Amino acid sequence: MLDRSFYEKADEIISVHGKGKESLIPIMQDIQSVYRYIPPQLLSYVAQKIGITEAKAYSVATFYENFSFDKKGKYVIKVCDGTACHVRKGTLILEQLYKELGLSDDKHTTDDMLFTVETVSCLGACGLAPVMTVNDEVHPAMTPDKVTETIKKIKEAENE
Amino acid sequence: MDYMTIDGIKVPIEGEKNILSLIRKAGIDIPTFCYHSDLSIYGACRMCMVEDERGKMFASCSEQPRPGMVIHTNTKKLQQYRKLIIELLLSSHCRDCTTCTKNGMCELQSLAYRVGVHAVRFLNKKEELPIDMSSECIVRDPNKCILCGDCVRTCAENQAVGAIDFAHRGSKMQITPAFGKQIAETDCVGCGQCAVVCPTAAISIRTNVTEVWNAIEDPNVRVVAQIAPAVRIAVGDRFNLPKGENAMGKLVKALRIMGFDEVYDTNFGADLTVIEESREFAQRLESGEKLPLFTSCCPGWVKFCETKYPEFKDNISTCRSPMGMFSPVIREYFAKKDKEEGKTTYIVAIMPCTAKKAEIHRPDNFTNGRQDTDIVITTQEIIRMIKQVGIKFDALHSEACDMPFSMASGGASIFGITGGVTEAVLRHLAPDKDHTTLENIKYSGVRGKEGMKEATVKLGDKEVKIAVVHGLKNAANLLDSIKAGTAHYDFVEVMACRRGCILGGGQPVPMGPTTRTARMNGIYEVDQLSSIRYTDENPLIDRIWDDVIKGHEHELLHRAGV
Repeated sequence: MLDRSFYEKADEIISVHGKGKESLIPIMQDIQSVYRYIPPQLLSYVAQKIGITEAKAYSVATFYENFSFDKKGKYVIKVCDGTACHVRKGTLILEQLYKELGLSDDKHTTDDMLFTVETVSCLGACGLAPVMTVNDEVHPAMTPDKVTETIKKIKEAENE
Repeated sequence: MDYMTIDGIKVPIEGEKNILSLIRKAGIDIPTFCYHSDLSIYGACRMCMVEDERGKMFASCSEQPRPGMVIHTNTKKLQQYRKLIIELLLSSHCRDCTTCTKNGMCELQSLAYRVGVHAVRFLNKKEELPIDMSSECIVRDPNKCILCGDCVRTCAENQAVGAIDFAHRGSKMQITPAFGKQIAETDCVGCGQCAVVCPTAAISIRTNVTEVWNAIEDPNVRVVAQIAPAVRIAVGDRFNLPKGENAMGKLVKALRIMGFDEVYDTNFGADLTVIEESREFAQRLESGEKLPLFTSCCPGWVKFCETKYPEFKDNISTCRSPMGMFSPVIREYFAKKDKEEGKTTYIVAIMPCTAKKAEIHRPDNFTNGRQDTDIVITTQEIIRMIKQVGIKFDALHSEACDMPFSMASGGASIFGITGGVTEAVLRHLAPDKDHTTLENIKYSGVRGKEGMKEATVKLGDKEVKIAVVHGLKNAANLLDSIKAGTAHYDFVEVMACRRGCILGGGQPVPMGPTTRTARMNGIYEVDQLSSIRYTDENPLIDRIWDDVIKGHEHELLHRAGV
């Protein structure tokens, strides 16, 4: 069972978008922007509130890559795997991140809940390839060394 | 009149919504997986593709007919196209046909044969997913799913339950309850309508045949069968009998050959229900409390009301279903004899219904803490058992049920169709038991295939408002309007399945328009051929009432704890 504050937050978000079934996606987006993921119980709650079935809400949520039911780290790093980034060795960036943080294709978030690494199909900044973003801050023309440096900086800032 | 040309045949356009209907009207059985006339159009399976004069291909299910149109349904291009679709479907589909429950009745199997797929060139890269056996009513095997979405639309559109839906996308897409839950954790009411429309065995009936064979094998067990009203007019479907023909006599004979010790008619139980439910209705009318009275015969509906509309729970009749009343009476009837002979009575209910499989495990259906009906098998399962034994069903000589539960009124026999319960109760409550009364009730508005029927009947000095709904979506609409205060009724009959039990989740498929009409006519014929039309004229009821029921009405005939 989630803390009551989650449901109160959900009510607040629902009241902004209205109780129609067409509000599902904006509501999910807002919930995700607050918690960085969608707590499953909260999706069921929203579904009930806006009059759709839980299965339908789950259907919509899983259709979009962007929605996540897993808790994410404080820093969400998105590595671009679009064509331009891929040919400019975006894969090496991803591998370096995996190495630095002890993650893999199956494990996306560090145990200390600090980092989540995921790939995206295109960030729309092909001229800056290879690109990654850290919580929506763009890091252009990445190299494995720059990855190490970025992670180090974040960790240092966290330790202060 | 406007016409279009299909494979050189001139076909009149008479208000059809799509070309597919016209093609079928022209007598061409164009294949489909995802098209059902009473569901929304989905256009996913692409089997109904047709080609126009210019070589353009489109799905006929989602295209409106236009005057002067010329189409072909079976060109070389279309043949190859359909073959490729089937091949692709089969590439990620379990191909253990011989051990599949749907073997011989699978639409994928028969279409693969029809379009001539003899080999599948593609490797199956799909990982095997676990089978969901959590429900007492249905089994879900995602490995056999072709993603036609028929179950999803049936569950949401016809039944207003929406327990399952599509999840994920692309090659990872599957049909599942939310968050990959088990069916038992959802609002599933067990109606089995998803299994009815499923073209493969992705959703099938949970079978209990083995338990029945085990009981028959045991010499210390008295195996008693009770046969529901809607089974007799559907069981012949698989044995080349005319659709809708009453095969009760043959079924009784078959059960005796199989080794059942006693064979009874659930219609007797329905007569008990008529008496108790009429009494309850009269009481509520008198007191004006807990109105409208909702019928309680249909376990799918009862569960639906409890989970989705709990505020109406107390309006549901406290009566058990006919099956639920009949079993404890049978058990009570044999109690002494069992003790003397050192036997146990094992009650097998043969039902058109998958939800009944769950009903028997509800604690409120137990008598003195004991489960009354031991097992429920559906019409489909009894057909399988008959085939297993190798009985030539169509050649059997009919026999009657065993005394003292062999006789029932015509009113009881129509419990298997929408409006039947209401009609039987009205007959029972009517002061004059003559032909005019029967005719008046027949045409009061309770009969027919409309999803929502209304009738106003005079009982004594009161005008009684009645609603009859079938299909849970219609029930949901009705409950919503009662809640909103826009509708007022005294008596509401609900059946979860459209048209009632005759099209129940356990009945043989397919159930197309011809079958539907035949079953409806068949069940009304059982009533018309009964010399006893009114429950109160059933002489055996009095006898059993005096011998078995008297003084135990509540514990035997009503749900415990309500």
